[in-house]
Amino acid sequence: MSVQEQTIAHVHRDDIGTRMGMWLFLFTELLLFGGLFILYSIYRFQYQAEFHLAAKELNILVGTLNTAILLTSSLTMALSIAAIQRNKISLSIFFQLLTILLAFGFMINKYFEWSAKIHHGIYPDSDVLLAKPSGEIIFFGLYYVMTGLHGVHVIIGVVLISVMMRLTSKQVITSNNYVKLESAGLYWHLVDIIWIFLFPLFYLIT
Amino acid sequence: MEQIQEQHLEHNSGYGIYILVWLALMALTGVTVTLAGINLGGITVATVLVIASIKSYLVLTRFMHLSSESITFKIFVGVAILFLGISFLLLFSDYPLL
Repeated sequence: MSVQEQTIAHVHRDDIGTRMGMWLFLFTELLLFGGLFILYSIYRFQYQAEFHLAAKELNILVGTLNTAILLTSSLTMALSIAAIQRNKISLSIFFQLLTILLAFGFMINKYFEWSAKIHHGIYPDSDVLLAKPSGEIIFFGLYYVMTGLHGVHVIIGVVLISVMMRLTSKQVITSNNYVKLESAGLYWHLVDIIWIFLFPLFYLIT
Repeated sequence: MEQIQEQHLEHNSGYGIYILVWLALMALTGVTVTLAGINLGGITVATVLVIASIKSYLVLTRFMHLSSESITFKIFVGVAILFLGISFLLLFSDYPLL
């Protein structure tokens, strides 16, 4: 085999580079949500009383349940990587499936939560909301944008993990090549971290 | 190829560790909800934010394997968080908290 052929046959793989690329992407996500958190903090400072009042409209039980669901989905995601490292392919797929099911649970909860709000007339530009003081309008504006954007991330996560499940079953992701699954995991955990801050700031400040 | 496998071994945490981290995260969630129920006045926000930070630290270091990554990763993440923190600090210099 000539040198050239060897070069072509050589499959280049840089797992550390892949993970670092994923982290760099996550930093852009940090800035995206960070900007919104900055917006939240400044309006909360300006409209403290109204934020407290508006937060009372949110259901702490639903928020807590969703926190528990998302934390558990982070666990199952981490376990799916631990399983693939041990070459337990079906177990890894099972944990990935659990993660997706928990994500659906989160979104179903979110659906009912938003539906209840909309049913009570609280949605952007509604007459009920516009009749409230400006601080409360801003609170619900931020609530819909931030939990909505987070929800979009949950949906993207579900799509990503579904692809990972397929790749795992097709043995593209294996016990010595699972950096794709790790990257999807990193994304999923970031979605979890964002919720860790969203939950107390919107639900627990009454 | 061997080197790549070595890189992987660094991240080889046991199932038990993950379950322990998860239990800690769930317990901290319970603490946050309970504390928010009790009226702590002005320090409520500070308390829930400290607990949220502890939870994030656990997720970052354990679930996201940051504790077993090289120092480069840790510096990267540290700098990213630092600059976000600076943004908050500079903003609040215009809005005196006290």
